Amino acid sequence: MTTKQTQLENNYISTGSEWTFELLEKYDKEISRIAKGYRLDTYPNQIEVITAEQMMDAYASVGMPIGYHHWSYGKHFLSTQKNYQRGAMGLAYEIVINSNPCIAYLMEENTMPMQALVIAHACYGHNSFFKGNYLFKTWTDASAIIDYLVFARQYIKKCEERHGVDEVEKVLDACHALMNFGVDRYKRPKPISAEEEAQRQKEREDILQQQVNDLWRTIPKGHEEEALKEKRRFPDEPQENILYFLEKNAPLLKPWQREVIRIVRKMAQYFYPQRQTQVMNEGWATFWHYTLLNTMYDEGLVNEGFIMEFLSSHTNVVFQPPFDASYYNGINPYALGFNMFQDIRRICENPTDEDREWFPDIAGRDWLDTLHFAMQNFKDESFILQYLSPKLMRDFHLFSIFDDENKSKYLVEAIHDEKGYRTLRKMLSRQYDLSVREPNIQIWSVDLTGDRSMTLRHSMQDGIPLSKDTPEVMKHLHYLWGFDIHLETYNQDRKVKCLSCPAMSTEEIEAD
Amino acid sequence: MSYFIDRRLNGKNKSMVNRQRFMHRYKKHIKEAVSNAVNRRSITDMERGENISIPNRDTHEPVISHTNGGKQHRVYPGNKEFSTGDEIAKPPGGSGGGSGKGDASNQGEGEDDFSFYITKDEFLNYIFEDLELPNMVRKTLSDQDEFATRHAGYVTEGTANNLSIIRSMRNAHARRIAMSAGKRKKLKELKEEFQQLEQQPDGHQNQQRLAELQSLIEDLQARLKKVPFLDTLDLRYRNQVRYPVPSSKAVMFCLMDVSGSMTQDIKEIAKRFYILLYLFLQKNYDKIELVFIRHHTSAKEVTEDEFFYSRETGGTIVSSALKLMHEIMEDRYSPSEWNIYAAQASDGDNWDDDSPQCAQLLTEKILPQVQYFSYIEITPHNHQALWEAYTRITESYPRQFAMAQIRTPGDIYPVFRDLFAKENASSPTLGEAV
Repeated sequence: MTTKQTQLENNYISTGSEWTFELLEKYDKEISRIAKGYRLDTYPNQIEVITAEQMMDAYASVGMPIGYHHWSYGKHFLSTQKNYQRGAMGLAYEIVINSNPCIAYLMEENTMPMQALVIAHACYGHNSFFKGNYLFKTWTDASAIIDYLVFARQYIKKCEERHGVDEVEKVLDACHALMNFGVDRYKRPKPISAEEEAQRQKEREDILQQQVNDLWRTIPKGHEEEALKEKRRFPDEPQENILYFLEKNAPLLKPWQREVIRIVRKMAQYFYPQRQTQVMNEGWATFWHYTLLNTMYDEGLVNEGFIMEFLSSHTNVVFQPPFDASYYNGINPYALGFNMFQDIRRICENPTDEDREWFPDIAGRDWLDTLHFAMQNFKDESFILQYLSPKLMRDFHLFSIFDDENKSKYLVEAIHDEKGYRTLRKMLSRQYDLSVREPNIQIWSVDLTGDRSMTLRHSMQDGIPLSKDTPEVMKHLHYLWGFDIHLETYNQDRKVKCLSCPAMSTEEIEAD
Repeated sequence: MSYFIDRRLNGKNKSMVNRQRFMHRYKKHIKEAVSNAVNRRSITDMERGENISIPNRDTHEPVISHTNGGKQHRVYPGNKEFSTGDEIAKPPGGSGGGSGKGDASNQGEGEDDFSFYITKDEFLNYIFEDLELPNMVRKTLSDQDEFATRHAGYVTEGTANNLSIIRSMRNAHARRIAMSAGKRKKLKELKEEFQQLEQQPDGHQNQQRLAELQSLIEDLQARLKKVPFLDTLDLRYRNQVRYPVPSSKAVMFCLMDVSGSMTQDIKEIAKRFYILLYLFLQKNYDKIELVFIRHHTSAKEVTEDEFFYSRETGGTIVSSALKLMHEIMEDRYSPSEWNIYAAQASDGDNWDDDSPQCAQLLTEKILPQVQYFSYIEITPHNHQALWEAYTRITESYPRQFAMAQIRTPGDIYPVFRDLFAKENASSPTLGEAV
């Protein structure tokens, strides 16, 4: 053995697969140093070492370290447990929580290289995304979330003690069904603070109860006034945040039920950015674990064995099966995101003529600046629209089909060629657009003077119908509102369908 | 800045409450599955959990989303041969073909079941719940083996409450003797020399030697004093070992009428009764054998499967079963070695002239030799001669004989309550070799 080799070997942080807390700290220190070199700005990390069983618990609580009790989490847990015990599923090696400090879990069973991968991926990749991306900055408050979760759990527990588990469960079930319609899409919510919540809660209860009394006004009015009243619309404008509207206006709810709605609404709002940045978030984290660990290898901090184990795991993560594979399950966000960030770096560093034509702004520019800019200012939809390159479309062999229910065949409308790039990019971007993916349903009006029924309007997009679950969800909505619910479907200003609860009569309005 | 926290020792059952909530919500499904499993399983096979399946459409959480239809665009990876303008035939049987992305995938028709595993304890709990057992009894039934502790010598490590003072002091004493023997011998010599010198009249040298001796003696005495009175080395603890309480053998006779009037429903109620008795015996005895005797006009010893699931027609002569039971007892299960339990199930039908004969057989040959004989009549109708005959036995053998009419599984327990009450009052009959 030559002296040089010996020296190199001494540089390795570790060579075995066993991990210890000292080693974790050493790796973290090095990864942190390298991350700083790449200007990754993160919240402090709170890295928790847990067992596989605890990982299943963490899994089941859908990314919240503390959650209120609900049967659906139990269902989630049971299926995770079963899959894991049958060996059908490895446990995800990363769960990371958008909080300050940022909580990440390491599983006891993992080897040292895997732990390093998770640290790089979660504690520096996701963490910096949570801190830097505009959606998270605008919509979530990382420092307050844990306190709020504790508040929510205690509040729900108190409600269960006072009103019974079944009563609380009914409200939660109803809220969960409407969770996707419990977010403000355009209005920035106030930051949440557990302390304030607790303080104001009582106050709010009283005021709310006064406000809903408007709906109860039954004293007969003079004729003129009534005519005026009839013209008055309520709500003044259509409301997209159904849960918010119910919390503030549902006439029959008790104060604690309003508070439960509020809690679910806050959860929905908290997860809203994550639903819009899946590709970017996973791509960013994957890009950085790849880059950070490779840098460690270049610096001689880890040996070949380490990097081989890491690469084999990494390759599995970013694998994209073709559409006709039996295990195809949609586009893999890790694969798409990772390759896009890699591709942006390539365009900056080694642009081709094609890249110069398509991306004049970034071709040849500083890659790190470009990458940070992209991470901070986009969400999946706009990110793809802005940065998906022809080369990547070719690499993925993407193609877009048009499915018209009136035709017996699918039409291939665009493939990865000169003619198709723009259409393809637009279509893929739309696929990640929540406003396209989710039905557009708004609270249209409430019959203040009549039967207090609520009418919702579903504006169809491209004639796409609602799922079979809809009547079930309407029942939940009816439970919360307390009076009749009508859901009218409009296709291009023409009413095509009306669904009512509890009447449940479906009337199809034929085209003239 | 990173902190590492070791959470491995924290509780791992954070999801327990949520799991319970789920089970509570789907209690009906689970109970049904458990009930089916009970009918499927052998009486002796209650020691494991069960896989429960619930149709997905029942556990599904509804959300409003898009479904297939209208005009949709979808992007896929992995194009091989398509070019723009190609048309692909839609798969038959549904628009969309189910290959849509994420948003369509959660709307499966509910063909698949949501399945999960419940543990043995939970399984038993659901059975007991059906039987409306009070908690205390439930616990007695589902508890693990009982252990007793006994002394097994002494050990050097243990808890303070097991400290053996006498042993420890004896050790300390021995150690003190061993550690100080040499010094005490030396001390004795020095003292003698000192005394001799002291007795001699004056002399300068003597004074010097005396002082020297004095300091040596003091030194030795100090060192002797330092030998600890009680050292951790001396401590001895009583050793306790746990061992399962040995109990003796039991045999359980299951007697059942299989004549045409016994329907499968009645048999299933009977089966639950047998299960309960079996679990109870299992708790108290190491070894249990089962004997199945079925009868119509003649009795036959059969396997468990045949016992519960084969059907016969014809009349009923109950005494044939009792006779056979007695023969088997004589032949294989001597009452001096075996605790004998018997459970008889019937719908009350018997050939009229036979009932007095049954009573006679029971009182003369069987009851004197068994621990317990229970008779359950599973019928909504009026009692017949057999019931009358048996009622008289209850009066003369209140300890060994119990009978009851059962209409639903919930009625099974009272029969048992009698048994438990008896056992609590006179425990020596149970768990002890006869």
